[in-house]
Amino acid sequence: MELFELLTVRSIPDAVRAQATSVTAQNGADVRFIAGGTNLIDYMKLNVERPKQLVDINDLALDKIEKIEDGGLRIGALVRNADVANDPTVKEQFAVLSQAILAGASPQLRNMATTAGNLLQKTRCVYYRDTAMACNKREPGSGCSAIGGYNRMLAILGTSEHCIATNPSDQNVALAALDATIHIEGTKGQRIVPIEQFYVLPGTTPNRETVLEPGDLITHITLPKLPAGAKSVYLKLRDRASYEFALASAAVVMKQGSGGRIEYIRVAMGGVGTKPWRSPEAEKALLGKPATSANFRTAAESALHGAKPQTQNGFKVELAKRCLVHAMAQTSQTA
Amino acid sequence: MAIDGKDKQEPTSSLGRLSRRSFLTQVGAAGVATAAAAVTPLAASAVARTPAPAETTSEAIPGSMAVTLKVNGETHAIRIDPRATLLDTLRETIHLTGTKKGCDHGQCGACTVHINGRRVNSCLTFAAMQQNAEITTIEGIGQPGSLHPMQAAFVEHDGYQCGYCTSGQIMSAVAMVKEPWGAKDHDVKEAMSGNICRCGAYPNIVAAVQTVRKMA
Repeated sequence: MELFELLTVRSIPDAVRAQATSVTAQNGADVRFIAGGTNLIDYMKLNVERPKQLVDINDLALDKIEKIEDGGLRIGALVRNADVANDPTVKEQFAVLSQAILAGASPQLRNMATTAGNLLQKTRCVYYRDTAMACNKREPGSGCSAIGGYNRMLAILGTSEHCIATNPSDQNVALAALDATIHIEGTKGQRIVPIEQFYVLPGTTPNRETVLEPGDLITHITLPKLPAGAKSVYLKLRDRASYEFALASAAVVMKQGSGGRIEYIRVAMGGVGTKPWRSPEAEKALLGKPATSANFRTAAESALHGAKPQTQNGFKVELAKRCLVHAMAQTSQTA
Repeated sequence: MAIDGKDKQEPTSSLGRLSRRSFLTQVGAAGVATAAAAVTPLAASAVARTPAPAETTSEAIPGSMAVTLKVNGETHAIRIDPRATLLDTLRETIHLTGTKKGCDHGQCGACTVHINGRRVNSCLTFAAMQQNAEITTIEGIGQPGSLHPMQAAFVEHDGYQCGYCTSGQIMSAVAMVKEPWGAKDHDVKEAMSGNICRCGAYPNIVAAVQTVRKMA
């Protein structure tokens, strides 16, 4: 690990100013915010992250979960993952988020990791983690070792010929299905970004993962109120029963009308995309239709229509479909 | 491990009372002394040509910073490298070696301690960021003769083989009992999934944790 200077800030403007001196907010940043540290310190130990300055933001008052006027929820950037998962309002109204967080990491990590830190969680691609290997995300222009390499865990949706790294987060899949909005304070003031526009596809610049610019500090996220009677489920399939990243996961939010037809539907997938993968195709296939196994299967087929498997992860196409069908069935049967 | 009269005595040798750590320290020091003797002629000629280096103190380490940590109710004013994790600082600077280093990447749980009563991986936080926190290590929850109920339960149920993961398991379990988990064995397995035991003492660990939960 390279030597860094540790700064502690006590106001949002101070935090923004401190990070605004960084060359980038993306991979290769020389100034990094640090909160829980669980992801950043891991990558600093591997020399993947080499910031010259760390800006400790733990003293900022961004650690509250509050109900907002329109019936939605506001979650501060510094709220720990465990506290989101165990919050009574989250469990009751946004169950998919609680389930997703509890399906990820370990209790110790969830006690430290924060909401905004999880939003920016780095891929687990083994070539990104290993500085001896070529990786366009870590070292632009060096090539992608994963294409044709060990890619069993990697993405089948949203990939490019430059990068196939998976977004590893569970939280972010639930947030995609919940239409979360990300609130950012930057050098030009405040702005809000829907989660659909927050992540960018790797394309030719996999080192760029989000719309964040130097100085941008995520202050909180907001979740809009769900329609009355909507149910939600997170289902995660992985190599171990616990404490493992997803091979495929699904977040489903569904409301059935009195006639059993689906009136409201949100579908997102984890473990298969280069970003948390919302599927408007699956939603379109289900809206207005009865909640039947056949319709779930049709929706799952359309969700994976553009999948592009690599040499070792072809199984993910069928696995993700079955994961979606199970999650949809579970949601439709949730009392 | 059975509790009988023989096990209560510390092992002794011609060097006097001997712990694993003091033994390794002495062996290490002896090794350094041997190495130094071997290079003495070269070192002597080098010293003759160059001025003696200034006496080094911890303050002279570039980039080091003054940090105050509160561990097990005791305050420690120390100077550390900002890169020092809480784990390394506990072990190497404050000399509380009950907390173990396994993977050093937050994957094994051997380094589990409590920060303000919550279990965390001490390998994934910088000590300099924990200056206002109440830190509790395995040394802070019980001592020989007055074990924490969880420590006693691990002994009773044989919740270990080699013992390397044990302090992390116990710190994790002590915090877990206060967290909202279901009552079943599979809930304990999920709640303890951040602590790996390569010996595979899991059934006995679950039994120990359940014994303490039923006492509450």
